[in-house]
Amino acid sequence: MGLNKRFGSIEAARDVSFTARDGEITGLLGANGAGKSTCLRMLYGVLTPDSGKACIDGIDIRGETSKARAHLGVLPHAAGLYNNLTARENIRYFGALHGMEAKRLGARTAELSQALGMEAFIERRAKGFSQGQRIKVALARALVHDPGNVVLDEPTNGLDVMAIRNLREMLLALKAQGRCVLFSSHVMQEVAALCDRVVIIGHGRVLADATLQEIRERSGTATLEEAFLQVLGDAEGVS
Amino acid sequence: MPTLLTVFVKEFLENLRDRRTLLSALLFGPLFGPLLFGLMVSQMLKQSVVESDVPLKITISGGHYAPGLIRYLEGRGAKLTRTELTENEARAAVRNGRSQVVLLVPADYPKLFVDALPAPVLLFADSADSQTRKIADRAKAMLGAYGSTIAQLRLEMRGVSPLLSIPIAVNEVDIATPAGRAVVVLGFMTYFVLFALLMGGLYLAIDSTAGERERGSLEALLSLPVARSALVGGKILATCAYMCISLALSLTAFVCVFRFVHLERIGMSANLSVGTAAIFFGICLPFVPLGATLMTLVASFTRTYREAQTYLTTVLLVPTLPIVFASIYSLKTKSSLMIIPSLSQHLLMTSVLKDEAISLLDVLVSAAASLGLALLMFVLTARHWRRESMLG
Repeated sequence: MGLNKRFGSIEAARDVSFTARDGEITGLLGANGAGKSTCLRMLYGVLTPDSGKACIDGIDIRGETSKARAHLGVLPHAAGLYNNLTARENIRYFGALHGMEAKRLGARTAELSQALGMEAFIERRAKGFSQGQRIKVALARALVHDPGNVVLDEPTNGLDVMAIRNLREMLLALKAQGRCVLFSSHVMQEVAALCDRVVIIGHGRVLADATLQEIRERSGTATLEEAFLQVLGDAEGVS
Repeated sequence: MPTLLTVFVKEFLENLRDRRTLLSALLFGPLFGPLLFGLMVSQMLKQSVVESDVPLKITISGGHYAPGLIRYLEGRGAKLTRTELTENEARAAVRNGRSQVVLLVPADYPKLFVDALPAPVLLFADSADSQTRKIADRAKAMLGAYGSTIAQLRLEMRGVSPLLSIPIAVNEVDIATPAGRAVVVLGFMTYFVLFALLMGGLYLAIDSTAGERERGSLEALLSLPVARSALVGGKILATCAYMCISLALSLTAFVCVFRFVHLERIGMSANLSVGTAAIFFGICLPFVPLGATLMTLVASFTRTYREAQTYLTTVLLVPTLPIVFASIYSLKTKSSLMIIPSLSQHLLMTSVLKDEAISLLDVLVSAAASLGLALLMFVLTARHWRRESMLG
């Protein structure tokens, strides 16, 4: 709510406010450098806003960081794995850091391994993994503590068509489980195919926050792409 | 499992699986020093053996002018090669290495000798070559001894006591204990020990900081609900563990090397038993967390593995500076010097090697100074890890 962040002379976020709801997929759409990552980073508390407040399930990320983070699964823009650890060990490490006990961690890993189709490589070291396999492990790592909220920063970057399809299914499954899913992207088709709500960001400002349907209706265009361009065009005129 | 332990176990395991880092940390680091040291010492031993056991070889020209001298030299075990050379030929023979030392007796030698005037001989040698210089020195000493024998005989024949020509008698008393003499050589050893200690943790310190950032796992780690100080603490702890292993391996290697290098042959007592090595381990132990926090702190500021490597190579040299200063100014163990880490460890180990008693207070001050500085480094590191710029 009302998030502001400045890096030197660059205002990366200006009074950004939006809400992502449980049981919905919210897309954060914007061009490269629009301020998507900055917003998400403030949300999961690795950046401190200059002013404003970010809450997870009503818990202030700055005030009660650990408690808020326990409700949150994060897949950052760079989601690297430990190459000398197996997929299982990668997931177990994060689970242990979440304070999970061994038994529950084992059960949860088995569950995720099945859900994400990782059985074939769960005991292999991450060194030779494909991008698709990596994203699965990174996602499992983010979900290991069974969080109600999931934040993904450009998760489809560098993935091939099959892997993107898989990821889409995984996100829809998370939504079906009643979780709140928030992901950022600069690809409109992705957002159009997945999201219930879209938050369009440009120059660090929220330009639109509505359902897909509302955005199309408001702009009077048939496709999201045209609507998106129109929203951006309006913003250019304003700023 | 608390965060600290979780991070420690993971970092320890991950590093254990990395062959390349393991090889350099636990093989190259700890073994390079002792092997080089062994090589150096055995080379020194070989040279000193050459000096006393091998007969002196001299090429002599105009030997028939000085039969007495020849008899004297041969009587002292010198191997003489007789030739006839002019002065220029003798010079050339030494220059091109055909002979190491040439003794030339000129034709006017017999007459001057009989007249009891200084009879000249020419000794050709190349003083730039350390090997020939040693031979020339031995030849000079032998010629000098022959000269004073003749001088005393001449005085006696003239009814003068030869003792008159010896106004003072110098008796050298060398107070160096055999172990003390060894310290010059063993001074290298303390540096190699500290070097191995740092090498053991070098790669883990880089991998767990700059490496983590470079491979993109840092942000996910930093968004977990754990204290950053516990994260970096676990990493430093794992680095410490490898440094201890490396230190132990290095000391073990030194104990083995000392078994094979016979220092007692050059009058040095090699005082490195297993017990001494254990004392060394204890002396160096407080230096471990200092090295680990220092390396982690420096590596935390770098963006890539390569950059971290560049900076940490410099850090490896830092502990050597006090040791270099100590040898330049030949500092002795003093309580006030115990507050300087690396120097205090060097001085304490040197004292133990010299068979000197070390005071418990000195050991405690040394440990406290190193641990105190390590704590400061840790606080600085943890503070840096809490900054936003840590994300890079």
